[in-house]
Amino acid sequence: MAFISRGFRGKRRDTASGSRVPPGQHVVDDFPVLSAGPTPRVPLSEWSFSIVGELDEPKTWTWDEFRRLPSETVSVDIHCVTKWSKLDTSWTGVSVETILEGVETAADYAVAYCDGGYTTNLPVDDLRGRQAWIAFEYDGQPLDPEHGGPARLLVPHLYLWKSAKWVRGISLQAEDEPGFWESNGYHNRGDPWREQRYWGD
Amino acid sequence: MRQSDLKLDGNAIAGLLREIFTMEMTNAESTCAGCGKVHAVGRVDVYLNAPGVVVRCPACEQVLMRIVRGRGRYWIDLTGTRCLEFKE
Ligand SMILES: [Zn+2]
Repeated sequence: MAFISRGFRGKRRDTASGSRVPPGQHVVDDFPVLSAGPTPRVPLSEWSFSIVGELDEPKTWTWDEFRRLPSETVSVDIHCVTKWSKLDTSWTGVSVETILEGVETAADYAVAYCDGGYTTNLPVDDLRGRQAWIAFEYDGQPLDPEHGGPARLLVPHLYLWKSAKWVRGISLQAEDEPGFWESNGYHNRGDPWREQRYWGD
Repeated sequence: MRQSDLKLDGNAIAGLLREIFTMEMTNAESTCAGCGKVHAVGRVDVYLNAPGVVVRCPACEQVLMRIVRGRGRYWIDLTGTRCLEFKE
């Protein structure tokens, strides 16, 4: 189906896309820009990505080092808690599994931190297993700053607020630490198929 | 969409704040917990295109307030606002 009117949201569960759209969501064709603050613009020469916290020694990659890591292009559906979903989006990035290769940690929890001060928390299990990426291209093009470029976390099986824009690192932690939205009303895990939008869902 | 399209001023949340505080709030004075500057609520930076409303200090860009509404409840974080002064 090329076009779905907003007026039909959630009604046509028997369509091809219906089984791919979580409850309470409607499909959009554009890519809405959500922003909780000014768009950071960090030159690539000053950009780095780090793994810090509960590991023997923190690891840091410059942009060039990061781009030399094996990357992959994936096609995934994304679901924003503001109720839009976008199907078959194409991203290129380094899987978090690849980044965590060789990292010995007992940490069960992670916090992604970003330029601009945004944070989001996830169980480490949601980052492993090639279901989470540090994405630097969207649709074959460098990721636009409005959409989180130069690089954002991409965790498509959770609501999109977990896919932190302008990500600069992941902190591995023994204790769970609610992030920017999780500490003020939004669900701690955010599984769209269970409609885990708010505290208590 | 450019960022200048996303950033509004505090008048954009006049109605929302009236729901919460039951009085006109755009003339209230908020003191930033980060830099200490005082701004009328009508003049702060507001980001509405987000899972919740994010209010930032125009001087230092730190978060002054986060307001989330859902399932018949509000969640309001004012840790970035050291003081909110308004008339009776
Ligand atoms: Zn300030």
